[in-house]
Amino acid sequence: MTTTGTDEPGLDAEEVRRRVRELLAAHDPATTDRLGFLRARFDAGLAWVHFPEGLGGLGAPRALQAVAEAELAAAGAPDNDPRRIGIGLGMAAPTILRYGTEEQRGRFLRPLWTGEEVWCQLFSEPDAGSDLASLRTRAVRDGDDWVVTGQKVWTSNAHNARWAILIARTDPEMPKHRGITYFVCDMTDPGVEVRPLRQITGEAEFNEVFLTGVRIPDAYRLGDIGEGWRVAQTTLMNERVAIGGTRVPREGGMIGAAAATWRARPELRTPALHDRLLRLWVDSEVARLTAERVRQQLAAGAPGPEGSGVKLAFARLNQQISGLELELLGEEGLRYSDWSMTRPQIVDFYGRDAGYRYLRAKGNSIEGGTSEILRTIIAERVLGLPAEPRTDKDVAWKDLPR
Amino acid sequence: MTTPTPQTLSTSQTTPASPDLLYSDVEDELRASVRALLSDRCPPSAVLARCESDTPYDPELWRTLAGALGTAGLLVPERLGGQGASAREAAVVLEELGAAVTPVPFLTSAVLATCALLGCDTKDEAVAALLQQLASGETVAALAVPFTAAPGVPFPRAVRASSDGELTGTLTSVADATAAGVLVVPAVGPEGPGLYAVEAAAARITAPVPLDLTRPIADVGLAGAPARRLEAPDAAAALDGALRAGAGLLASEQLGIAQWCLETTVQHLAERHQFGRPVGSFQAVKHRLADLWLEVVSARAAARAAADALASGSDDTRVAVAVAQAYCAGVAVHAAEECVQLHGGIGMTWEHPAHLFLKRAKADEAALGTPGHHRTALAAAVDLPAAG
Repeated sequence: MTTTGTDEPGLDAEEVRRRVRELLAAHDPATTDRLGFLRARFDAGLAWVHFPEGLGGLGAPRALQAVAEAELAAAGAPDNDPRRIGIGLGMAAPTILRYGTEEQRGRFLRPLWTGEEVWCQLFSEPDAGSDLASLRTRAVRDGDDWVVTGQKVWTSNAHNARWAILIARTDPEMPKHRGITYFVCDMTDPGVEVRPLRQITGEAEFNEVFLTGVRIPDAYRLGDIGEGWRVAQTTLMNERVAIGGTRVPREGGMIGAAAATWRARPELRTPALHDRLLRLWVDSEVARLTAERVRQQLAAGAPGPEGSGVKLAFARLNQQISGLELELLGEEGLRYSDWSMTRPQIVDFYGRDAGYRYLRAKGNSIEGGTSEILRTIIAERVLGLPAEPRTDKDVAWKDLPR
Repeated sequence: MTTPTPQTLSTSQTTPASPDLLYSDVEDELRASVRALLSDRCPPSAVLARCESDTPYDPELWRTLAGALGTAGLLVPERLGGQGASAREAAVVLEELGAAVTPVPFLTSAVLATCALLGCDTKDEAVAALLQQLASGETVAALAVPFTAAPGVPFPRAVRASSDGELTGTLTSVADATAAGVLVVPAVGPEGPGLYAVEAAAARITAPVPLDLTRPIADVGLAGAPARRLEAPDAAAALDGALRAGAGLLASEQLGIAQWCLETTVQHLAERHQFGRPVGSFQAVKHRLADLWLEVVSARAAARAAADALASGSDDTRVAVAVAQAYCAGVAVHAAEECVQLHGGIGMTWEHPAHLFLKRAKADEAALGTPGHHRTALAAAVDLPAAG
């Protein structure tokens, strides 16, 4: 495998455009089947240009990805439906790239990117949410394999997934952060049982995953034994980057739904709701500008700590705005679209009806780091305030109170 | 529990071209010079002592800041003796002045009065001469409107101009009028609304006890005061533009206030011990500061967007200014209130400078349009009409 530095001569926007033209000439999207085109795009290094050559990239600056995307979209080329495979793209792939062996990178990254193989993440457990490092799922060595037993929860896409990234406890004698190992888990193993987890909206986006004697070859371990916590940090850091990284137009979030209702339904307007709506409109516009500033800092190569605040603002706004909209709707707000247990392929926080938006937004301050944990992270890592005294960090995991 | 990628709604609102929300190298250098000057000549203890004296303004400091550093002429084109910079640079100066609650007439003279004159006919000799004096910092002017005057309201009718150019009327709560040598007065004369230059010596200026000790206000009485009408294609538009620029740039001052309050509070809480621990290690305190930090970084984005819109003359300026002022005013007040509360008894003393920031923040909230005024302006600008 060749890895190319960003200093390779000629790797600029024009070179990316040239390579896109070459790809399109060899594989006309109008006559090539979707999967065939996506595989060819990966092999041409235009999947994620900042990845190394041979792994779907060109070793180019990340900013050039937008150039490739724009050129390909303009040519009507199919994409890999990124929203369907977000966990693979945003979390598994960067972790495999950083910690995977050559064999693992070669085996997993191409079908991950083309969407042939869907990924899910087996991290949270019923007794390990915010305190993820206290997790109980055990992995015990047996010859060339590990045997994994335990329960995971809040797993999106487990019912569609071919592979999972998994963290499990390999050494209970060590303190909690040091006895964890990171694996790639085959979701077709007979010891994996996936059950839908119905949530307050009525549907089931997520799953519970029961692992009973699941066998994982040691060759599917990512990183060293006992280093799983450190490897997981890469995954989680990329999750937060993914959340803060999208560029949003004015009224592009929850405020757009409430503003549309306000404009369409003059009979519902009251002075009290008007002032609250305007306050939330201002807050939404400022949150949009804050995210835009984070994006500009990243593009200028000077990332600031502001990104960690974006999710906090977004969770609060989604909750307050969806609450306001339900209130605005009055009698209509007493009705709900549908409580049936369905399995949505794609989750849209701003979709369906106001009741759904209100209920789904409750998850925004829990998923991907609760707002409370984020505030503690900001206070300690950004503001440099002293940590709370802790009693759980240096004790063997097996001796911690439960 | 992992987070699905948020989708984006299509919307009836158009998104303006992205403003430049960062600071340029030139802006960083300007900030460094202003900060160095203020930390040397204007520490909080000196501000407090000066506010209690008969001379709240420091003329020496103003000479250096306005003249030697050239900040008074930032908004004035070079052909009129200024620096030919923009609202972006003026905003950076205001951040620093806010962070030191410096008693200098920068916002009032170098922004409000200067922008009113820039809205006049700058080819007119009197306008050009006055702009040149303001740009050098030799003359300080005050825009003679109450500090609460907001953009988007009708032209004030408190002062009448006679046909021979004498002004009569009373204006209340004019910020920094006691520091001014010249007053730029909006008045209605036989030719309709106009802007007039009046020597401050020709006015009866009385200073009430101000809430904000670092930016005194004064009532201005004009009884047949001789004045010079400033040629302007549209005096009402010139005044409105000045108030809009002032409101947009005030957001940067508010950001500076909030930033100082946050930093000072964090520093205090990391050092102060109670119950055998630093007070800043308690989660109840940490979470409040994390929320405040988020408000401050958000205020920075809003204030930068307003400054950039004013600098580029963007079509989105009305919205950007209204958003910045509706948001940043509250952040400055909240930061100052948290600063007082989280300093405990210390924050309630006269000796600690927190009260200077609280008073400045609260006065700024009323200045150049309240947050409520700017929200109402937004309702029209972004098509969210009121009930009924």
